[in-house]
Order: sequence, then structure tokens, then C-alpha cells
Amino acid sequence: MKTNIFPAIKLTLVTLIFFSAVYPALIWAVAQLAPNNGHGRVVTANGKKYYANIGQTFTKDRFFNSRPSAVGYNAAGSGGSNKGPSNPEYLGIVQARIDTFLVHNPGVDKKDIPVELVTASGSGLDPDISPKAALVQVKRIASVRKVSEDKIKQIIDSNTEKPLLGLFGPDKVNVLSLNLALEKL
Amino acid sequence: MNTEILGVIAMYAVTILLAIPFGKYIAKVYAGEKTLLDVVLTPVEKLFFRISGIDRKAEMNWKQHMVALLTINFVWFLLGMFVLMNQGWLPLNPDGNPGQTADLAFNTSISFVVNCNLQHYSGESGVSYLSQLFLMFLHFLSAGTGMAAAVVIFIALKERTAEKLGNFYNLLVLSCTRILLPASILVAIFLAFNGTPMTFGGKDSIISMQGDTVGVSTGPVAAFVAIKHLGTNGGGFYGANSAHPLENPNYATNMVEMFAQMIIPLAMIFAFGFFLKRKKMAWMIFGVMTLGFLLLCVPTIIWEVNGNPAIAQMGVDMGSGAMEGKEVRFGSAASGFWSIATTVISTGSVNSMHDSSMPLSGMMQLLAMMTNAFYGGCGVGILNFFIFIILAVFISGLMVGRTPEFLGKKIEGREMKIAMIVALLHPLLILAGTALATAFPEITSANLNNPGFHGFSEMLYEYTSSAANNGSGFEGLGDNNPWWNITTGFILILSRFIPIIGPIAIAGLLANKKYIPESAGTLRTDSATFGMMVLAVIVIITALSFFPSLTLGPIAEYFSMR
Repeated sequence: MKTNIFPAIKLTLVTLIFFSAVYPALIWAVAQLAPNNGHGRVVTANGKKYYANIGQTFTKDRFFNSRPSAVGYNAAGSGGSNKGPSNPEYLGIVQARIDTFLVHNPGVDKKDIPVELVTASGSGLDPDISPKAALVQVKRIASVRKVSEDKIKQIIDSNTEKPLLGLFGPDKVNVLSLNLALEKL
Repeated sequence: MNTEILGVIAMYAVTILLAIPFGKYIAKVYAGEKTLLDVVLTPVEKLFFRISGIDRKAEMNWKQHMVALLTINFVWFLLGMFVLMNQGWLPLNPDGNPGQTADLAFNTSISFVVNCNLQHYSGESGVSYLSQLFLMFLHFLSAGTGMAAAVVIFIALKERTAEKLGNFYNLLVLSCTRILLPASILVAIFLAFNGTPMTFGGKDSIISMQGDTVGVSTGPVAAFVAIKHLGTNGGGFYGANSAHPLENPNYATNMVEMFAQMIIPLAMIFAFGFFLKRKKMAWMIFGVMTLGFLLLCVPTIIWEVNGNPAIAQMGVDMGSGAMEGKEVRFGSAASGFWSIATTVISTGSVNSMHDSSMPLSGMMQLLAMMTNAFYGGCGVGILNFFIFIILAVFISGLMVGRTPEFLGKKIEGREMKIAMIVALLHPLLILAGTALATAFPEITSANLNNPGFHGFSEMLYEYTSSAANNGSGFEGLGDNNPWWNITTGFILILSRFIPIIGPIAIAGLLANKKYIPESAGTLRTDSATFGMMVLAVIVIITALSFFPSLTLGPIAEYFSMR
């Protein structure tokens, strides 16, 4: 013990400086070359700044709605609902979300509501929905905004992100870019 | 084929393919051979040793190794307590987060020292940037500790008869500078260019399109996330860990983070083969581990892709699977795969919330940590597997009526006693912990986020995750209070150091024994038959120890939903 304690303390201090200061400083320096200097991806529209990767609450009928969130899309925190699959209270909430959706989207068949629209994400900040989840909202948005359904479908089409290299992972569409495009119509 | 499944296969295949050359590189590093990075890193390492007054060539026996390992770990623990409790007034705290309470700091400090990263706080509000940087230091050094311990075994098994097994500090530093650091730099830069923040500016605030004002937590995330995965630590920068869109912005980063957490545990198996010049043995270990991994992983992906039957009954489109607690950009297949990879390997980072997984997927996640020997964490995976090899050698030796031998060394009573203690400690800690928590419902039941069987699973998961040094959680559990902080804290210590000391003691004892040349009468330990024997030992021990507790939790929940 005695022979080890001082070398251990000294080695701790020198490696502490190296791994907690030199290493992050190096990454920070390289990140200055990254998009937006390592502050995260940002979109600006009408002079307002949004984070491209951070989802937002969209509940109004004139917008593409985003997924439910356990933290209200406030990225000062993050987290999921952590509800178990058999929790009766939770299943009641999901049922209520389905009913609400049907009220806001008359004419939509229940079997066309993708499950992610009525379940909360893990981070509570999910920026995306699937293209199907966007398409199911077209009718409502078209009637609220009084534009043709085709125009709105076009927006979905041009904003859909294909799987990585066309091969890996799911299709998705960023809700913020959809809604920014809607506002430009 | 479905692009989600294809993504999972690609992710896994690339990792295995790269693990072989990386394993060769690791073996070279520990053998002290020349590598490309010598030019840059040799001076750095020399500086480390000169300042700390360590003679890296002074070899140690297994006991000296353990004293050195425990001493330096204790220094890190004390320093961690100090930083976490005083972060409120220490510098680099732009968000003004308060210091941690003593019990939380105790749990957090231990948890990061032992490579577990059970986080009873949320990164956004529970720690300052200074603490995050300190935890990042522990990410490196705790992973290095596990790898150094594994290499002590490599050395002990390589020599025919040896007392001296290398220098602990040398192995520790080499693990960090030669293996973890270069890989971390590459991964961190990739993340930064994909939108992961790397800034010291503190919280931002924006007004959303619907007019809500919300905060956005940033920080030096890219550097942190890289080593959190490479070191199989798993402690996230943010509360939501790698489900957070800034920690894991897209499918490509998800693949890279998955790769990063699997590569070193896989490469260590091949490094073992290269180092000992016993490649066939490495393939036997790899085969058993891979079979075990697939048995856990494939059903989980199927259950997650099929989705929640209780929600399917409501009549919505279940095409995307069980999406509660999951992110659209990863999908249910890659999330199911991740949930098993992170529990098999002791990372414990999550890209979906395990609490919301299907009941039997939750059971697979639990089983992955209960066996704790398929791939496993940085270095410690091999150590755990080594115990099962010793048990299998002994049992099969008895079955065929031969003296149990492993790599030319006799396995005798003393080694067997140590192996049994290590093998039984794991179920003891998990089951005793869970039993204690259920025995005091007036303290613990208020912390549960779900009623019934699932609530029991939350407690079982917490102790399993602690005892496997994993760090993931059924995060619905309200675990930041003295009960959970203190009980899991002690389990963390025991379940980290005894499974390190045990195997090293066995290896040290074996290294001292006389070498018996292999002959026709020797039980071959690198054959497929022996591999199946090891798998059988693992399965039987796990099943006997844990089946009753699993029936009370996930299995009962599964049947209640039908």
C-alpha cells in the first residue's frame, strides 16, 4: 500500500490532466471545423433559430403533429415515460391519444394511425416521424390550411429522408422541416 | 430485405470483421512490439511515468498487481466524491447545477470507478461540466483497469512457469493511450461532424414554432460519448443517454456508437488468441459468446418489431413495432439489437428505454446481465468467461475421469474454491438485493413507476445492472434516494473487484505451477465440444440461479398480457 499510494496519486493527476483537459481540448479544436462550430445543427427561419435535431411540441391542427413526449420537448432535460407495456394507466393514456387523434382527423381509419404517433419517444425530444405518420395527417392539414392534398404530399415527399445509403435503417421525416415548408406555402 | 434488419446485420458484421485486425493490434501493444503510434505516444507515456516516479519495467506478481489496482481505484473514488459534492462552487458550471448529496456522490463516484455508470442523476441538471470531464477521465481509466486485469491473465497463461506478470501501471497506461485514446479521437470527431455538440457554452434557449420557450442543454458531448462507448462505460452525457438526439443524431452515428461499444470486447478475444498464440482457443471463446449473444438478441428483435399486443388490440397500425421509449430514426429493430448488445457487453448505454420494452425482451436484457459472460465489458468479459472455463474444465475432467488441466496446468481445490465463490457471488448479490428491497415495501414501493409484475422487474433490473456493472436501468425506478444509492453502491464494489481478484488469483496460482506438456490424454480445451460444455455450464448456472426470480417478473407479466 505505502509503496503504491504516492505513485498512484501522481499518476492520477497527470492522467487527469491528459484525459480531462488535453483530449477534450483536441476534440473541441477539431469541432470548430464542424457544421456550426460544434454547437449542434441549427436551422434559421424568419430570423428565428431552431435546433434541427431537437423535436418540438406540435399539437395544433395546422401543423404536422409530432410524437407525444414525456418531457414536453423541453431539451433542458430528457427522458421517456418509462411505462411498462402492461401498465393499465399507460394503456389508458394510449387509448385516449388514439381517440383524440380520431377527433382531430375525421375520416381517418383507426388502422392507419402509426403506433409512434400515440407513443412517447425515449428521449422525449424525437425530431422525426415516419412518412406514414405524416401522410395520415395530410387530410386534416389540407382542410385547415385550405390547400390541395397533393401539395402537402409533395412536401412530405421532398422532406422524406431515405435509409442510410438507401440500405440501412428506417425512412423518416423531420417534423420541423415539414412545418417550416408548410409555413412557406 | 427490410432495411431495418439489414442495418442491424451490417452493424454487427462490420464490427466482427474489424475486431480481428484490431485484436492483433491490441496483442502487439501488450507484447511491447513496435506500432505506428510510437512516434507520438511513446514520449507522452514516458512523461507520465517520469512525473509519477514509476518504473514501468518493474514486474509484479499477482498480489502486487491487485494492491496497485485497488490503491489507485481508491484514489479515484475519493477524488470523485470531492468533485461531485463540490461541483456547485467549482469552475466550469455554466448551468449552475448544485453539488450532489453525499449518498448520490458515493453512488456516482463508485459507479464510474467500477465502469458501471449507474446514473441516479440526469446529466442535464445533476452534474457540472467539470464533473462531466472528470467522469470522462474515469471512463478512460476504469476501462483501462479492466483491460490491464485481463492482460495479467494473458501473461500468466502464456508463460510456462512464471512469478512475474508485467507491471500494472504500464498495462493501465498502455490500455488508455494506445487503445482507448486513438479510437476515441476518431469516434468523437465523427460525432462532432454529425451534429453532436462539443462546446463549453452552457444551456441555450429557443422559442419553438408554436411559441413555447424551451431550454437546450449542450456541452462537451462528442468527446464524452466516444469514450463512454469505447470503454464500455455507458454513462450518458444527458439523462436520455444515446436516445438523445444530440448524443446520437442519426442512423450513421447509431451504427458507429454500436460499433464503438462492441469492438474492444470482441477484439480482446482475438487479442487473447494472438497473444498466447492459441488462435483456435480464441475462436472457441468467440463461438460460444456469439452463440449466446444471438440466442438473446434474435428473439428480442422479433418481439420489439412485432410491438405491444395490448396496443395492437386497440386497432392502430403496428408497422413500426414497439415504439414506446424508442426513436423513429433508429426504429424498433436497431433498438432491440442495441438493448441486448449493451447488456451483454457491460456498457449500459441505451438508445431506447428498457423499462418500456416488451416483457420477454426485458427478460433477455436481464439474462444478458445475469450471465455476464458473453463478450462482456472491456477486459472483464474475458475475466468472467475465464471462471466458466475453469468450472467447465473441472466438471468435464471429472466426467471423463481425468485430472482437470487447463493449458498444461492442473486445476485443483484452491482454484475451484475461488472460481465457485466468484460464480456464486453474482446471483447472491442480485437476489439478496432484490429480496431486501421487496422485504421493505414501505421504503421501496413508492419508487416504482409501474404496478404489478413490472414493478418487481424494475427492482430486479436495478440490482442485476449493479451486479453486472452494467449501468442501464428500468429508469422508471426513482433511484436517487439513500436506499438505492447505498445498497447498489456496495453491490457495485463487491461485484467489480471480486470478479477481478478471483480470476487473477487463479491465473497467478496456475502460473506458479509446474507445466505438464500436453499429450494424447489431455482434455482439449479449444474444441467445439469443449465450447458446448462451457455454454452448458453457463446456461445451467444462470437458469438455476435466476429462473424463479424471472418468473415473478417478466414471465408473469408476459402471461398476464395474453
